[in-house]
Amino acid sequence: MRSFIRTHATEVSLFAVIALISIVLSLTTANFFSLGNAFDLLNISAVNIIFAVGLLVVLIAGGIDISFAVAASVVQYGTAIALGWIGGGGWVSGLLIAGSLGVLLGCINAFLIHRFRIISIVATISTFNIYFGLLMFFTRGVSIYDLPDWLTDRVVLFEHEMANGSWIEITLPVLVMILCVIATWTLITRTTTGRQLYAFGDNPEGARRFGINIGAMQFIAFGWLGLMAGIAGLIQAHYAQEVVPNALYGRELDVLAAVVLGGARLGGGKGSVLGCVLGVLLISITQNGLNLMGVSPFAFKMIIGAIILVAITLSNTRIERLLPFVGPKGAGR
Amino acid sequence: MTALVDRVRAAFGPEMAGPSLAFAAVVLVFGIASPQFLSAATFGSVAFQLPELGLLTLAMLLPILTGGLNLAITFTANIAGLTVAWVLKANGGVDAGIGIFVVGCLLALLVGAASGVVMGLVIAYTRAHPILVSLSMMIFLRGLGEFLTRGGDISGFPAFVGPIGHGSIAGIPVPLIVFIVCVLAWHVLLGRTKLGFNTYMIGSNLEATRYSGINTRKAIVLVYTLSGIMCAIAGIIMLARFNSVRIGHGESYLLITVLACFLGGVNPFGGFGRVIPVFVALVVLQLLSSGLNLIGANQHLATAVWGILLVTVMILRWVASKIKISIVRRGS
Repeated sequence: MRSFIRTHATEVSLFAVIALISIVLSLTTANFFSLGNAFDLLNISAVNIIFAVGLLVVLIAGGIDISFAVAASVVQYGTAIALGWIGGGGWVSGLLIAGSLGVLLGCINAFLIHRFRIISIVATISTFNIYFGLLMFFTRGVSIYDLPDWLTDRVVLFEHEMANGSWIEITLPVLVMILCVIATWTLITRTTTGRQLYAFGDNPEGARRFGINIGAMQFIAFGWLGLMAGIAGLIQAHYAQEVVPNALYGRELDVLAAVVLGGARLGGGKGSVLGCVLGVLLISITQNGLNLMGVSPFAFKMIIGAIILVAITLSNTRIERLLPFVGPKGAGR
Repeated sequence: MTALVDRVRAAFGPEMAGPSLAFAAVVLVFGIASPQFLSAATFGSVAFQLPELGLLTLAMLLPILTGGLNLAITFTANIAGLTVAWVLKANGGVDAGIGIFVVGCLLALLVGAASGVVMGLVIAYTRAHPILVSLSMMIFLRGLGEFLTRGGDISGFPAFVGPIGHGSIAGIPVPLIVFIVCVLAWHVLLGRTKLGFNTYMIGSNLEATRYSGINTRKAIVLVYTLSGIMCAIAGIIMLARFNSVRIGHGESYLLITVLACFLGGVNPFGGFGRVIPVFVALVVLQLLSSGLNLIGANQHLATAVWGILLVTVMILRWVASKIKISIVRRGS
């Protein structure tokens, strides 16, 4: 147990913060501590968690991706059009089309980064502008509301009537999210490829000399994020029951903040699925709590930004270092 | 001839090659494609559009040179713009005097500086990653702005504010004058001052800079403060251009400023990059956008083409390095 705490410091402290916030919210609001609210939280966070685990893989491999949320918008649009061509389809064909479109877009990033040795942030900022610009140009910003019925119908996997008459339910996005989380966890902790990704992210040159195929690493990392982005795009379309070309614009930075809050390091070689999920959950729990406490929705982002700022300040430093005159001599630098 | 080339290279550095090639290509292609392109009207519209994006790019440039990033620029600019707007509103609105406006601008600069100081302190003292620090500052400022304005916009300023956004002095647009003054200020700052020297040093190797006795923390805080002040200037110009302030103004510029810096040959890891090539890169971007506009495409296509341009420049740079390596090998 003690060694777990030492090796998973970020996850444990995140969990502690979440627990603390949850206790405070349970005492101050009537509705927070209920199964219904917990399930609502999961339903709301599903898409962001799918994005987050995908981004985690890229961060572990030492890259960064700005373009995934816009890529997901492209996938949404492309899938909606492709489904129209094939005359409807179903969940299987939808996921297949969205997944392969996503992988394709991810592999474009990987190709630019690996073949031409472009730094990942430069390459993905370029593709961000290319994907978004072309999407808005060709769609003229027009949304699609005419989606197949199977895509817009809510799929309830589990429902239960509570004692007070309210219904709790788990919907399809949560199931997909759980599958994506498990798949990512298996990839990065239970396979050789996963170990190679960590090694590559920590020290690319060392990994190359060790005989790891660095090209494959880039394609696996960005391809995986592409796959997750594609799936998340389709699920978002299902959840929102519409395809709006700029709906996911700007989501990339929020997800990035959540993933790094969860302990992934910008620079590679570090990060875990648990931390990443907790990072997203911390932000959605805070938002949910503020909502239940009746705080104006206009203030959400401000409070969340302040919390992230404080969290990284505290997690990156000991208190003596912040206040050099408090700690023992020589502790601060 | 070689002496001339060497002198040009010494004056502008190797970063100049990419932007000037792109500039030549853009002028050539659109000059042929559209007869109206090489006209005063095109360059006039570029001169008016350039400053908004340009000032924000200058704000982005300094942190990138230290190996960081300031993702809060657009929202810092808008919060600074809001400050001016409130000072004007609280003191008579449309009837406010020039004195009030000056006070508002000074307060706006202070607000911008404050946002920079906070980011700089956190980055310098906790060594948290600048992307993350500025990202949370961005989320915070966006939230703050939405909270204070309820997502709406504030307009109705005195008549003398307008000319700052779209007036001209001796045929040169006022925003462009402000922008060029700022470009020169940054050029002098980076090339002639101790802080500029320290900025490059920190970007190249933070630890080595610290060991050589330079107060790196002070330098980093100063860099982000200056970045915040530049955002505030951008915010004031944007207020005058649009004659209104809304927290979402210029949001789409955020990643384009990074793109402009990289296009101007700035090293993504910091330490290398100069102001003048970035300025040329900005002119290229605006010319591209105007040119596409002339042949009937919209702003979104321009955004896509900007991305393609950056990728192309990066690929060409890769090709050039390959050729250089093969020449060196053959020579030895």
